[in-house]
Amino acid sequence: MRLKFIEEKIAKGLMVVASLAVFAFIVNIIYTIFRRGFPALNWEMISQIPAGGYYNGGGGGILNAIVGSLYIVLGSTILGLLTSIPVVFYLNVYLKKDSRLAYVARLAFDVLFGIPSIVYGAFAFTIMIYLGMHTSLGGGILVITLLVIPIFIRSMDEVALQLPKDLLDATYALGATKLETIKVVLRQIAPGIATATLLSVGRAIGDAAGVMFTAGFTDSIPTSLSQPAATLPLSVFFQLSSPNADVQDRAYSAALILIFIVLVISIFGRLITNHFSKHKI
Amino acid sequence: MKSFFYRNPTRASWAEDYSFLNNDLNKSAKDKFDNDINNREGLRVKKSDLKVSDLNVYINKTHILKNVNLEIPDKKITCIIGPSGCGKSTLLKTFNRLIDDTEGVKYEGSILVDGTDIFDRRTEITDIRKKMGLLSQRPCPLPMSIYDNIAFGCKMHGEHNRKKLNQIVEEQLKAVGLWEEVKNRLNAPASKLSIGQQQRLCLARGLAVEPEFILADEATSALDPISSKHIEELFVELKQDYAIILVTHTLRQALRIADYVVFMYLGEVIESGPADEVFNNPKQELTRKYLEGAFS
Repeated sequence: MRLKFIEEKIAKGLMVVASLAVFAFIVNIIYTIFRRGFPALNWEMISQIPAGGYYNGGGGGILNAIVGSLYIVLGSTILGLLTSIPVVFYLNVYLKKDSRLAYVARLAFDVLFGIPSIVYGAFAFTIMIYLGMHTSLGGGILVITLLVIPIFIRSMDEVALQLPKDLLDATYALGATKLETIKVVLRQIAPGIATATLLSVGRAIGDAAGVMFTAGFTDSIPTSLSQPAATLPLSVFFQLSSPNADVQDRAYSAALILIFIVLVISIFGRLITNHFSKHKI
Repeated sequence: MKSFFYRNPTRASWAEDYSFLNNDLNKSAKDKFDNDINNREGLRVKKSDLKVSDLNVYINKTHILKNVNLEIPDKKITCIIGPSGCGKSTLLKTFNRLIDDTEGVKYEGSILVDGTDIFDRRTEITDIRKKMGLLSQRPCPLPMSIYDNIAFGCKMHGEHNRKKLNQIVEEQLKAVGLWEEVKNRLNAPASKLSIGQQQRLCLARGLAVEPEFILADEATSALDPISSKHIEELFVELKQDYAIILVTHTLRQALRIADYVVFMYLGEVIESGPADEVFNNPKQELTRKYLEGAFS
């Protein structure tokens, strides 16, 4: 056999090994969560807020954390989209390719991308103290929005960079202003928006450190933006910190619920993406 | 039956004027409608006028177009020919100011479109572009359905009446001979069409905003021979209504369809005139050499 075919075989083998290794880790994680969490999972956990002494093995559920997390994810995703779409549009349509501002902005967003959420939390916490705010759902949404904006911008931007110049020219040639090209641009980068949203949702729902100081934790379901809100990751954390094995198992159930929510959102996200990207050139 | 006595000169309104003809009994009037659609001459009252004087274009201090003086005749096909890199495309892009987006571009001189200088500060760039339908080298449909591709421009310019939009879409698709092929799948993505169909769709999209000029930048070079023949035939048909400016690399294409020829070399217009004259009796030595194929 010739050398390059051997090369090909080895390379392919390595790729398969790498893929399997990653897959094995994921299966292992999910298995562990299932093994410990599934037996403890029951309807009460999903449908009720913690009763007295829940963290010591008392009755009730984690509806407070489920609802709190969903509120925060929803709020931050909407706010994040509303802030980052104009930024991406400006970077890619208004600024020229070699614009200095675009370069600096992209660099800044790259840096922000890498900042740990606890730093965002601490930053937001100082602002909240300055403004005299308490830990609240609003604060949580705000800090998670800050956290996901760089994810939104950078992942949409990567797709928007591939925007064909001909497409913009064709739109301008019809007499469109730059702003009027937004319909065309949004449709073209729709898959990028969807991917960005999925990434952000994953990060937003899984973040514990950012919301610790800002959204706080509570056993009740928030009814306004100024009330504190519980979140699933913190719920996992508090239950896992318990010395009681039953309560620890409940932490795994909470993790299971978290994974399930992410799964459902991802599946819907993909369906919606397919719907919106069918026109992509 | 106001339409027999009064006809609005804008193209979008024909279908409206004749909308009463949906009645099948009215056969003779329907024939008249078809006849009028085929003989559009004279329907447009306004004469399109494009005059370039002393145009110089620099990109990053490179002198791209040198002292270009041109007059583009209305209702004719003007072919701009010349070797690659001679500034043909730049000239075309200057006409609708798409060149503005190029880094470091600077221009001098004037281009008068219907008497308005397109470089004038007070000229709305969107108005200029609306007057110039652009057909690029590769078809570039918008990421929308076939229907929306055509309706997009009209909606943008303020036409939101669903009935009217339907009429415009049908009319323009018919004008480019695409209607029969797509009438049952107007909501399908435009990207699903073949490349030749896409190019015709792009032409229809441009026509829907009622331009006066059609700028075609090697519009057939990416197409297969049959599709490109189709586009050429369309140009010949459309010149009854529009001034068509065609940048082309293929000399044969220019020979086939040009009424008027502009030969450019290294950013200068070497010779321009009626196709017969330039092709059969070139005044400049350089033009003769190019036509003989001494360089390309």
